[in-house]
Amino acid sequence: MIELENVAYSYGGGELLTDINLTVPPGSFHFLTGPSGSGKTTFLKLCYGALQATAGHVRLFDRDVRSLERDDVAILRRKMGVVHQDCQFLDHLPVTENVALPLAVSGQDAGGTDANLKELLAWVGLTARADAYPPELSGGERQRAALARAVIMSPDVVLADEPTGNIDWEMSKKLLTLLVELNRMGKTILVATHDLGLIRAAKAQVQTRVLRISNRRLQTAGVDL
Amino acid sequence: MKFDPRATAQMLRFDEKADRVVPPTGFTARLTLFSAFAMAFLAVFALALSMAAGRIADRWGDELAQSSTVRISAPAGEVATQTEAALRVLRTTPGIIDARALTLEEQRALLLPWFGPDLPIEDLPLPQLIDIQETDDGYDPSGLRLRLAAEAPAAVLDDHARWRRPLIEAATRLRLLGWASILLIATATAAMVTLAANAALAANAQVIAVLRLVGAKDTYIASAFVRRFALRALTGAACGTLVGIIALFLIPSGGEASGFLTGLTIQGVGWLWVMLIPPLSGLVALLATRFAAIRVLEELA
Repeated sequence: MIELENVAYSYGGGELLTDINLTVPPGSFHFLTGPSGSGKTTFLKLCYGALQATAGHVRLFDRDVRSLERDDVAILRRKMGVVHQDCQFLDHLPVTENVALPLAVSGQDAGGTDANLKELLAWVGLTARADAYPPELSGGERQRAALARAVIMSPDVVLADEPTGNIDWEMSKKLLTLLVELNRMGKTILVATHDLGLIRAAKAQVQTRVLRISNRRLQTAGVDL
Repeated sequence: MKFDPRATAQMLRFDEKADRVVPPTGFTARLTLFSAFAMAFLAVFALALSMAAGRIADRWGDELAQSSTVRISAPAGEVATQTEAALRVLRTTPGIIDARALTLEEQRALLLPWFGPDLPIEDLPLPQLIDIQETDDGYDPSGLRLRLAAEAPAAVLDDHARWRRPLIEAATRLRLLGWASILLIATATAAMVTLAANAALAANAQVIAVLRLVGAKDTYIASAFVRRFALRALTGAACGTLVGIIALFLIPSGGEASGFLTGLTIQGVGWLWVMLIPPLSGLVALLATRFAAIRVLEELA
């Protein structure tokens, strides 16, 4: 599903990541950890085609990202839901329209999806906040809205970058529950986080693989987690 | 993003959801509206100028091309004899339909605009004028001058070519200047819309990032901006054209003696060109915004 083969990424003359090899099989649950600035966000961006590797090959759904046009990457990205730490919403649109944005950009009519949208908002506990605008939402509400937007296209993979970075532990647990539910539905999950508590909580519920970026390289994390 | 006419056409298709993804306000909206308004207003005048110059060039060309004048400048006692001699020559010249000596009243009418009605024309040593009407093919002016010099030495042939040509050339150049102005106006409109679109795209870099994150193609992102700018330009240009037309109607009419300035109006098929100003402005804005969008999206990639 996601394959990285001898991948390196350099920026501004310095190498951020080097010799990265990883295969993310369908239905797996991966955590990516490491200190701040270690390259977790860069790694995720390579995984959803937002950045091009400076060396090696990144294959998404068996297609080499390097050989794709930008529009092809956009189409591939519709199979991947992405949740950012800062969420990234269109602040002038209400929650419902933000959540339904992937449908709009892919030309899918809202007809028949209104019920799905309501169901999705109920699933993330935002029914009462459907007409609110993003700046009116709390940190936890924003993360749940971002997750709803990430999964509305029923993607095969969900990538989350520090999804609990700005929310309290209770809200983090709720978000983890949603991610675990998605994984049990067969979705592939890849979460970048430095929140070890979240990783431990996840390991108690579902089989996970924990990776760590250290000294620009990807390693499998130890059992101390 | 390569140029694709079908993708460009798709950008014009109304899509309420796509149009909503870009925040609706900003100074670029006012800048585009005002630029399109001002440019359309100027385009109406440039068009009117060009058409008025064209009409004058045509009129001078048509009216004067087939007429000439012979002037008899002789002592008072010889004017009649010289006039008769000149008329005889003229009436036997191939290419001349008619030759006729102007009456005193007709000569007075010619001088009326300069000297007024009280001019004692009988007391002035004015030359006798002979009006010549030519066939379509015209006559040979060199040959006629030689014959007149031999049989009526006081007769001077003026075939109008000497002063008609520069006037027609000036009017033709003025017409071209009008069209060149329209071209410049279109270019300036494109430049201003490009600047405004660049500013709007840069100000909405976050919006573009979000749209890319959720799988939007460049065409989709560009179209949201392109439609908005094309619509603004269309609206501004429609208002500018309307105000320009009203301003043209406010220029006083010169009546029958309509000259260049008082004849600065749109006539006949000229209205078709005027009606084309708003849609053409919209098209210019569409292409300019698309160009800007492609460039900015490449940079933000």
